[in-house]
Amino acid sequence: MTPADRGRPLTAARPLDLPRWMYVPASVGAAFVLLPLAAILAKVDWTHFGSLITSEDSQAAFWLSLKTSTASTLLCLAFGVPMALVLARRDFPGLSVLRSLVLLPLVLPPVVGGLALLYTFGRRGLLGGALDVIGVQVAFSTIAVVMAQTFVAMPFLVVSVEGALRTAGQRYEVVAASLGAGPTTVFRRITLPLVLPGLVSGAVLSFARSLGEFGATITFAGSLRGRTRTLPLEIYLQRETDPDAAVALALVLVVVAVLVIAFARPGRGAL
Amino acid sequence: MTLELSCVLAERDVDLAFDVAAGETLAVLGPNGSGKSTALAVVAGLVAPDAGRVVLEGRVLTDNGAGRPGAFVPPHDRRTALLGQEPLLFPHLDALENVAFGPRSAGVPRSAARRRAQQWLDEVGVGDLSRRRPAQLSGGEAQRVAVARALAAEPALLLLDEPMAALDVAVLPALRQTLRRVLAGRSAVLVTHDPLDALLLADRVVVLTDGRVVEQGSTGTVLSRPRSPFAARLAGLNLVSGVWRQGGVETADGLRVVGQVEGDPPSPGEAAIATFRPSAVAVFRTPGEGSPRNSFEVTISEVEPLADLIRVHAGRLHADVTIQAAGALELATGLQVTFSVKATEVSVYSR
Repeated sequence: MTPADRGRPLTAARPLDLPRWMYVPASVGAAFVLLPLAAILAKVDWTHFGSLITSEDSQAAFWLSLKTSTASTLLCLAFGVPMALVLARRDFPGLSVLRSLVLLPLVLPPVVGGLALLYTFGRRGLLGGALDVIGVQVAFSTIAVVMAQTFVAMPFLVVSVEGALRTAGQRYEVVAASLGAGPTTVFRRITLPLVLPGLVSGAVLSFARSLGEFGATITFAGSLRGRTRTLPLEIYLQRETDPDAAVALALVLVVVAVLVIAFARPGRGAL
Repeated sequence: MTLELSCVLAERDVDLAFDVAAGETLAVLGPNGSGKSTALAVVAGLVAPDAGRVVLEGRVLTDNGAGRPGAFVPPHDRRTALLGQEPLLFPHLDALENVAFGPRSAGVPRSAARRRAQQWLDEVGVGDLSRRRPAQLSGGEAQRVAVARALAAEPALLLLDEPMAALDVAVLPALRQTLRRVLAGRSAVLVTHDPLDALLLADRVVVLTDGRVVEQGSTGTVLSRPRSPFAARLAGLNLVSGVWRQGGVETADGLRVVGQVEGDPPSPGEAAIATFRPSAVAVFRTPGEGSPRNSFEVTISEVEPLADLIRVHAGRLHADVTIQAAGALELATGLQVTFSVKATEVSVYSR
């Protein structure tokens, strides 16, 4: 018996039967999710698909989305991992309140998040005046897109990494410290590798959330072609003027989403 | 003195102190919850005592409490490597990198750290498993790697918290020999509940009960002349403690035991202890039989089968009888019997 076998629960050779009626709501639910995807596939104008997704506007929106989502994912990592560590490893008065507030964007309507950002970093916002003085105008710029995406995507990373940290526990970290490793060495060589699956799935989820971000972006960054008009905004606008282009771009996002799910599954640690 | 420890933790009702001499292995024995692991945690810097002082090789690691400077050195800067029941090898590193972790953290270059790690793996007999991941090691192998990892960190004091408690009995003798070899001449604190570990690995023993040191001395003395009920149980002896009156040990509840006095005889009224082996106790159904010197009327509280004997428990006293005798006497829980032991079988000494 290897140590890995020891904790394995007893599994029946054949799983127990489910109540038969259970398959009815389960099938309805699955159909509800899968049918609309099939509808998009059916609606795609395959003969012009190539030209539709390579039009100048589509290209601009696609690359802008990719760049901003990558940037916001990196920002989520840079700030979210330390936040997760403080939430998982420290205990101080008000910690649980702080956790709830930090995770608020998970449940907050994105358009409200966009408004909040506007009243913070906008020209007449809380910090906007000060930023204006030093010549920085954030609102309605590509930076605003990244900020809106980071705002809505960060909680996904924090939740995922915090869960992984709590699951991993502190036992390995205690051993590492007793072997003479300082806090930074412990973080780099023990903590990070141990929570890597949670970190990867959190980053992938954050990336996906950033890629799909619409409400906060249009509120805080507007819809300026090539600067703030990301793929979801482009799809929404094209829907009016060129439905075929909208459907083609929607399919692109569906494909990206499928890839993201496939990529995130091995590390389904926390969410 | 390598280690000086004293600590008070009000919440856990711990108030104890002990020392470890240079190159000495000290075994800390005691029942569950007696404060053994707490003492180790205080030394390792994982727990700050309400008041306490930890000095290792002349360096003050912890010094706090009323009127104290409040010094506290963090765990990674104490040079006290910890080895617990579970190996806790870092799962993402192979055996060699696990052992090289300590030297690497101390700034040793990678290749030198690996060379040293390989030497330690060889030393504990798992040199050929260096490229294995922890998941590919058996429990005994993993614990050997953990021993190598703790030693490779070159600690000033090695802290072992029941390092063999979670292992398969089949691998224990070999690992015990390995530990005996690597602990020789090394300063270490070994928390254990196994008297064999104490006998083979430790130079000295401290017995804790309810967060206090109740007994300490060389391993041989503590196990052959226990002064605490816990040490007596470990040594497999009956222990009766009371005061010395008219050539016998008298307990508060009226028991009187006479025996062979070891060392200087206690003075009258002084606390004294009598010990005797359970196999020296004869059991009778009727009172007054056998040797008149020591006989106790008792009620059987438990009858426990051992390998080829029956152990009869009657409160704090125990008797070992043959299976045949137990059958003939029809021994059962609740039965009133007489325990009788010859004075020549009883050791008496002052507390």
